[in-house]
Amino acid sequence: MINVYVPRDTTALSLGADAVADRLEQEIQHRGLSAQLVRNGSRGLFWLEPLIEVDTSEGRVAYGPVTSDDIPDLLDQGMLDGGGSHPLCQGYTEAIPYLQNQQRLTFARVGITDPLSITDYRNHGGFRGLERALTVGASQIVDEVECSGLRGRGGAAFPAGRKWRTVLEADPERPGQPWSGHKFIVCNADEGDSGTFADRLLMEGDPYLLIEGMVIAGLAVGADTGFIYLRSEYPNAHRILTDAIARAEAEGYLGNNLLGSSRTFNLYLRLGAEAYICGEETAMLNSLEGKRGMVRAKPPLPAHHGAFDQPTVVNNVLTLAAVPYILAEGGQAYADFGMGRSRGTQPFQLAGNLARGGLVELAFGVTLRSLLYDFGGGTESGRPLRAVQVGGPLGAYLPESHWDAPMDYEALADAGGMVGHGGIVAFDDSVDMAQQARFAMEFCWVESCGKCTPCRIGAVRGVEVIDRIIANQDRTDNLTLLQDLCDTMEMGSLCAMGGMTPNPVRSALQYFPDDFARPATGNEGA
Amino acid sequence: MQAPSHIDQHDRIMQLIEQHQHLPGALLPLLHAIQQTFGYIPPSAVPAIAESLALSRAEVHGVISFYHGFRSQPCGRNVLQVCCAEACQARGSRQLVDHTRQRLGVDFHQTTADGEITLEPVYCLGNCATGPSVRIGDRILGRVDPAAMDRLLDDLTREPLRFKSQPLPPETSDNKREAQ
Repeated sequence: MINVYVPRDTTALSLGADAVADRLEQEIQHRGLSAQLVRNGSRGLFWLEPLIEVDTSEGRVAYGPVTSDDIPDLLDQGMLDGGGSHPLCQGYTEAIPYLQNQQRLTFARVGITDPLSITDYRNHGGFRGLERALTVGASQIVDEVECSGLRGRGGAAFPAGRKWRTVLEADPERPGQPWSGHKFIVCNADEGDSGTFADRLLMEGDPYLLIEGMVIAGLAVGADTGFIYLRSEYPNAHRILTDAIARAEAEGYLGNNLLGSSRTFNLYLRLGAEAYICGEETAMLNSLEGKRGMVRAKPPLPAHHGAFDQPTVVNNVLTLAAVPYILAEGGQAYADFGMGRSRGTQPFQLAGNLARGGLVELAFGVTLRSLLYDFGGGTESGRPLRAVQVGGPLGAYLPESHWDAPMDYEALADAGGMVGHGGIVAFDDSVDMAQQARFAMEFCWVESCGKCTPCRIGAVRGVEVIDRIIANQDRTDNLTLLQDLCDTMEMGSLCAMGGMTPNPVRSALQYFPDDFARPATGNEGA
Repeated sequence: MQAPSHIDQHDRIMQLIEQHQHLPGALLPLLHAIQQTFGYIPPSAVPAIAESLALSRAEVHGVISFYHGFRSQPCGRNVLQVCCAEACQARGSRQLVDHTRQRLGVDFHQTTADGEITLEPVYCLGNCATGPSVRIGDRILGRVDPAAMDRLLDDLTREPLRFKSQPLPPETSDNKREAQ
């Protein structure tokens, strides 16, 4: 029986993977072929989706991008034997340079296994980290994470080990509080930054890795309960995680007697409701508690007073998903990747107008240019690349002169950018950067939680001022006003929403001033 | 879609409250369950929700109105979300949004006069390498150019015509159906 793989990842599905799978199944049955369909995760080579893979003795052979109409032809030309004559044949998957040139630690299994099969997960090295964590003390788990140099992958890059140590040492006794005595692990899966999809790809492609990471975190800090706060924009991830949690419970990887150790970790999946601000950790905690997603002032830190006022580890999906490797292979093995104070690997996400968009996991230190051209292949439109937004909607737009900076938290910050969650959105030369600056303010207007006046009102005024600049009204005065407004937002906002919305605005003004001096067209409504 | 009667609705809401009220931070899961059932959160549900969770009505209303994902009014038979975030902008979503608005004759947050489609913006569906992306129900579609949008809208407006049993609402002059 030959295994044929068709991904069940959102991007593959969005391009017709279900129709491909249905047709394949029909043809296999109709032709009486000895093959079975496996719905795997995606390799993250999104320009090739839907990507079919076929097992051969030499490794998997890839075909893509496939439509359901291609199936009869592919089968005629020997796809099930790994035949290479069809134009959609990409050769051995592992030999595709895009994949071959990556350093996949966190994403090692994604696209290879059936995401819901615990047997697959175990057979590919899964749960080794958890098994080790169950044999060592809490403090030793934290030591290992500290040694790895792992920093928060959500964007803030705070050392994960230090955060865990704080929660480990925190006293959870809160006399009179309903959750007194408990600590929590909260996974931030509200991946709202445009241009990012690594959390989604991982949750859909290897959900047990996240579960394992959360259980290890629970053992490390003494937490018996975890929450995954997932954005509602990810219905496919919701389905897969729901199923994976139920299966992990049934197999004893979650619950009141973890692998017979008498340790407890219960995991709950929660859905957001379309609010970008809930990706900010304190807003997320409020949302988790059933409140408006309003940002909290810090201190107190969530590590001391987090979910339901109890000591809480809040980590991004990718941070928690990096932990099983660190426990299984040792912190030093992870720290051997990377540069400077940015240790390990970062899953970069190539998005927007690129010929080869997808996931690229590499050690820190690769240049933006290499990601854009060596991996991304330049624009899909064929026009020249002009601007690249790195690190999500609050990240700067970088012009070509900045593309040689290494992707490292500190080095990129020195160059005026930020790694953030690793999203890279490329624009070709048809982009109007004045409109992108305006959108940054508009997005803040729509998504501000409203707590801080400079963010709530400033974003509205920002849209108005940029509109006046675009319309050539008192240009010099309005440019001064815009800078002043950006200062106020930066200095007067509690969180990054108001505090960093000026990044894309200022970078657009600084690097692409000509776009703000174009003759007004008058047709850009709100 | 047959609207449940008022009595049914109340009973169902009480049932959902019963099922969810003991969860930690129960309000969001409860609101999701109610919206999943009715397509929106009926304002008449707010007092019962507030009482069951020991909150004020203002607090419940505050939560419903805070999140873009919750609705207090019924929406169209289909909710069509078009991604308006940067990665999709880089792949032509601004043009797609203009085209869709024109074709449907509605703006964001509005429903076509025939009640078929409510148009909403969404800020990222995590499909950023193969945009422009749209979501319809729990289906996400990629590489949606204006022609693909036209095909999608044709499919959406044809299916219910063939299968639904209730009579169609009257057509308006600015909202003609595609010829069948």
